[in-house]
Amino acid sequence: MRKPSFTTVMLIAGLVFLYLPMIILVIYSFNSSRLVTVWAGFSARWYVELFRDQQILSAVWTSLRIAFFSASMAVCLGTLAAFVMVRFARFRGKTALSSMVTAPLVMPEVITGLSLLLLFVHMAQLIGWPADRGMVTIWIAHTTFCSAYVAVVVASRLREVDLSIEEAAMDLGARPVRTFFQITLPVIAPALAAGWLLAFTLSLDDLVIASFVSGPGATTLPMVVFSSVRLGVSPKINALATLIILAVSLATFLAWYLMRRSEARRRQAMLQDMTAGR
Amino acid sequence: MRMTNFTARLQRLFKPSRGWVIAVPLLWLTLFFLLPFGIVLKISLSEAAISIPPYGPIFDYANETLNVIVTFSNYLFLTTDTLYVSAYWGSVKIALLATVLCLAIGYPMAYAMARAPAHWQLVLLLLVMLPSWTSFLIRVYAWMGILSNNGLVNNLLIWAGLIDSPIRMLNTNFAVILGIVYAYLPFMVLPLYANLTRLDTSLLEAASDLGSRKFNTFLRVTLPLSKGGIIAGSMLVFIPAVGEYVIPELLGGPNTVMIGKVLWEEFFHNRDWPVASALAMVMLAILIVPIALFHRYQSRELEE
Repeated sequence: MRKPSFTTVMLIAGLVFLYLPMIILVIYSFNSSRLVTVWAGFSARWYVELFRDQQILSAVWTSLRIAFFSASMAVCLGTLAAFVMVRFARFRGKTALSSMVTAPLVMPEVITGLSLLLLFVHMAQLIGWPADRGMVTIWIAHTTFCSAYVAVVVASRLREVDLSIEEAAMDLGARPVRTFFQITLPVIAPALAAGWLLAFTLSLDDLVIASFVSGPGATTLPMVVFSSVRLGVSPKINALATLIILAVSLATFLAWYLMRRSEARRRQAMLQDMTAGR
Repeated sequence: MRMTNFTARLQRLFKPSRGWVIAVPLLWLTLFFLLPFGIVLKISLSEAAISIPPYGPIFDYANETLNVIVTFSNYLFLTTDTLYVSAYWGSVKIALLATVLCLAIGYPMAYAMARAPAHWQLVLLLLVMLPSWTSFLIRVYAWMGILSNNGLVNNLLIWAGLIDSPIRMLNTNFAVILGIVYAYLPFMVLPLYANLTRLDTSLLEAASDLGSRKFNTFLRVTLPLSKGGIIAGSMLVFIPAVGEYVIPELLGGPNTVMIGKVLWEEFFHNRDWPVASALAMVMLAILIVPIALFHRYQSRELEE
């Protein structure tokens, strides 16, 4: 047998490092003991208790709604920004816009959260809106940082798109808007879907920014989880964590499967075209 | 006649031209990203006050004169209390250490991925990215149960007879660094992998044809060529790690002072908004060089 190289060993070790803590968490979520670290036998009681917790359930619903609206708005804004960055010729302020688009990617969350809250406080004083903070302010905050991620994903796809198809459509008399909706949009649709999913998970996951800009009216799931785990490990949260890990793994597997299938179909169509052409 | 004129104007207004495509994201980001920093700057220069909101005005218009009252006391206050200085220093130290560790673990991982057979690469990429899509909070929380005094690691060590009493691991700086490395490792691997897959393999072949040994080739060819990926990955880990709040709060102890945590406490518990704003401005000043480095890499990527 060939000796595996150093980098292969590191890759496997790294993957084990990434997955082991989560696997341990999943196993311990089925622990019947109230003490999280002592194994006392298999039980699903914490899942039952989780589904009885009204506070957690309503936080899940709030988070899902905010994530849906934030992801949708972020896809619109991020796609426009990506278009400006990739397709538009240099204009005054293009560099400024491009760096402003990608800045939220690295900005520490405490700074983004603090500055947005102070903006909302100012706006409330000046124009009386937002009167109280809650879902709408979280939506604005999440849209702002999620569109940065969408812009990067869409921009990298846009750069690969073959411009000649769009030019052909325009030559045949299609207006820019029609060209966009009939040619460009279908081509970049996978990137839009990926960007939407990314924005959705980012919004679901955010704790710091949401804590800054939310009011008493809106409590998201991470806020509930955080306030209960800062006091210590709790078996109910283990059950919740397992469900989250399960949902994300399933979604990822589905995305991967669909991607592979569409890839295979495209390859087959290409093969057919080639043989037909001959 | 007037009517058609009006509709024509309306049509012109709503014609989705170039200007509109630029204006919408530009307006949104100016309003919700740029302007807020101006406000943070403004509040960091104003006096704390017992009112709602808890800070004094900067512009005061009375008797037909406009008075601008600016105070640097908040910034001066940051230098007088050793807590703030040590928090900045502690954050930078912990973030640097975590970044170096991420690079040491992530580089060989990315290298192995880039060299893997093509049909494996997508699966490996997915495996590395999957953890970063599951909740950040949950992944940090997972370590609480593993590192605690009666947690898995201590139980294993005691069972194996290596130690008699549990080692304190949770609520230490070690746990914070481990948490940061764990949470941010995928952000190091991704840009490195993207960079290494684009590497021109003919250069490597040329080096080996000329008799260069594997390690020498790596040091003299691969490493310099992957500089962009190293910078991007390191900045993606270092910058958010400096401002990290969740990891030191859950895994850190009383000796862990990081600036994100201090800012949070200053804002939510002491309700001293001007000092919290000044803390944020100084943090931004510290991070301006790393952010600029990241942007230079990012814009080069976009132009390619």
